[in-house]
Amino acid sequence: MTDVFFAKKFTAGCLTEHSLAELMRTFTVMISAPSQSRSGPHPIFLWLLSSIGKKTIVALTGIVLLAFVAGHLAGNFTIYLGRDWLNWYAAHLQSLGPMLWIIRLFLLGVLVTHIFFTMLLWHENQAARPKKYIASDPVGTSVFARTMRLSGLVVLAFIIFHLAHFTVHLINPQFSHMEAMLDGHQVHDCYGMVVLGFSSLPVVIIYVVGLFLLTCHLSHGIGSLFQTLGLTNRRLHKMIELATRVIAWILYFGYISIPLSIITGIVK
Amino acid sequence: MKFYLEVWRQNGPDRAGKLEQYEANEIPAEASFLEMLDIVNEDLAKKGIEPIQFDSDCREGICGNCSLTINGVPHGIGRGTTCQLYMRKFRDGQIITIEPFRADAFPLERDLVVNRAAYDRIMQAGGFVSERAGSAPDANSVPIPKVVADQAMDAAACIGCGACAAACPNGSAMLFVSAKVTHLGLLPQGKPENDRRVLNMVRQMDAEGFGNCSNYYACEAVCPAGIPASVIAHMNRGFAFASIKESIGVTV
Repeated sequence: MTDVFFAKKFTAGCLTEHSLAELMRTFTVMISAPSQSRSGPHPIFLWLLSSIGKKTIVALTGIVLLAFVAGHLAGNFTIYLGRDWLNWYAAHLQSLGPMLWIIRLFLLGVLVTHIFFTMLLWHENQAARPKKYIASDPVGTSVFARTMRLSGLVVLAFIIFHLAHFTVHLINPQFSHMEAMLDGHQVHDCYGMVVLGFSSLPVVIIYVVGLFLLTCHLSHGIGSLFQTLGLTNRRLHKMIELATRVIAWILYFGYISIPLSIITGIVK
Repeated sequence: MKFYLEVWRQNGPDRAGKLEQYEANEIPAEASFLEMLDIVNEDLAKKGIEPIQFDSDCREGICGNCSLTINGVPHGIGRGTTCQLYMRKFRDGQIITIEPFRADAFPLERDLVVNRAAYDRIMQAGGFVSERAGSAPDANSVPIPKVVADQAMDAAACIGCGACAAACPNGSAMLFVSAKVTHLGLLPQGKPENDRRVLNMVRQMDAEGFGNCSNYYACEAVCPAGIPASVIAHMNRGFAFASIKESIGVTV
C-alpha cells in the first residue's frame, strides 16, 4: 500500500506542504506495523513521533546551532588582535582538510533537521487551530515567540548570503585571490577579505539586519529550549528568560561590532 | 450599562457560522458576563429570535464549564472564569466580541458551545490513581515536603476548562495535561504509575489532534486557576525519562 502511495506521490510531481504531512503519516503507519518480535512500534519511534519528541529534536539541534553561533563569534574576535591572528585562525580551519568537510556536513544536517521538524510542527499546529479568532488578542506571548518562523526563515536567507559572500566568494570573486604572508608561508588573506567585504554600506546593512533577526530568533529560542527539555522550574523560569535576552543581545553586539568598526574605520 | 455584542452564531457542527450583532441594554454593572447574556437572551426570546447557546454550570468559578472567548481572550480579561467576569470591567458602550473556544480538538456543537470530551479521554488515558488510596490519611503520617505539596496543589487547581488549548495559537493542550501529570505525579499515591501516566496521556493528547507547544505561554496568561507554565517543563522532563525507560524496557 505504501508503494502505491509513494508511486502516486512522486509521479504527481513535487512534494507540496500537504503531501509532507501525508508522507509523515505513511511513515508512522510503516513503523507502527507490529513486527513478529514485538507487539508494537519501537519506543524510540513512538517518542520521535510524539509532540514532545519532535520538539526535543528542535531543541537539541538548536543547542548545536547556538554553540556554533557562539564559537563562530569567538573565532571572529581574532580580527581585533590583528591581521596575523585572523589569518592564522583561518589557515588553521582550512588545514583541517576532510575534517572541515565532516563538520560542515554535520552542521548542514543539523540545520536541515532543525528546519524540517519546525516546519512539520508548524504544519500540525495549523491543523490544530484551523479557525482563528476574529477578535485576536495574543495575550501573554512575546513578539519574538510569534515571529519565530519569520525570523528563522530570514536567518536562513542570511546564512545563504553569508556563505555566498565569504565562503564561496560569489558576490566578490576577487576575495579568492587575496594573499598574505604568515610565518614565511603564503596564506589566504582572510583579514583583508573581511575588511574589503565590510567596506560596502549595503553589505553592512544586510549583516546588521540579518543578525538582528537572529537575535530575535534566539530571544525566544534559548529560553524555549530549556522549557522543552524540562530544564527549568517556576523559580528558574524568570531568570532563564532574562539570561536568554542578555545572551541574544551580547551575541548581536559582538557580531555587528565587526562590520560597524570596519565601516567606521576603527579596524583597517 | 449598554454594550454592543458581536456573537458567533452557528446552527450546528457542520453549518456555516457568522458574527451577529445584538445590543445589551440596561445591564447592571454588578452582573456577571453570563448574567448579561441571560438578560440578552430573555430580550431575544421576546423578539422571537433563538437565544444564544452557551455553556455554564456552577457560576461560582469552580466547575470550568463556561467557555467563552471574549475579545479574543478565553474567559476574557483578568484571571478567572467567564462567570467570575463582571460587567464593571468593561466600558459603557463597548463593543464586545464573543466567540467559542477554538481548537480542532474541541468541535463546535452550536453557537458558543464546544465539545470538550477530548480532555475527558486524556484523563481516561492516565489521569487517575488505579489503587484505592483509602480515606484521608492522618496528618503527617505520610511525610511530603512542603515545596512538593505546594507544587502538587498548584497543579491540582486545574479545573479542566480548556482555556489553555483555546488560547494557544497552536491549539495545544500541554498546560492541562502537564497540570494533571504534575499533580498526580508528585504525590506518593500517584508516583507508582508515573511513567505509564505521562506516556499514555501525552499519546492520547497527540491522538486527539491538539497542537504542539511552542512555549508561547498564552495558556498561562489565561488560566483561571493560575497554573504556571513550569508544569509543562516538569512534564517534558518526565516524558523524556519515561521514554528512555520504555526503550530499555524498565517502565514502571
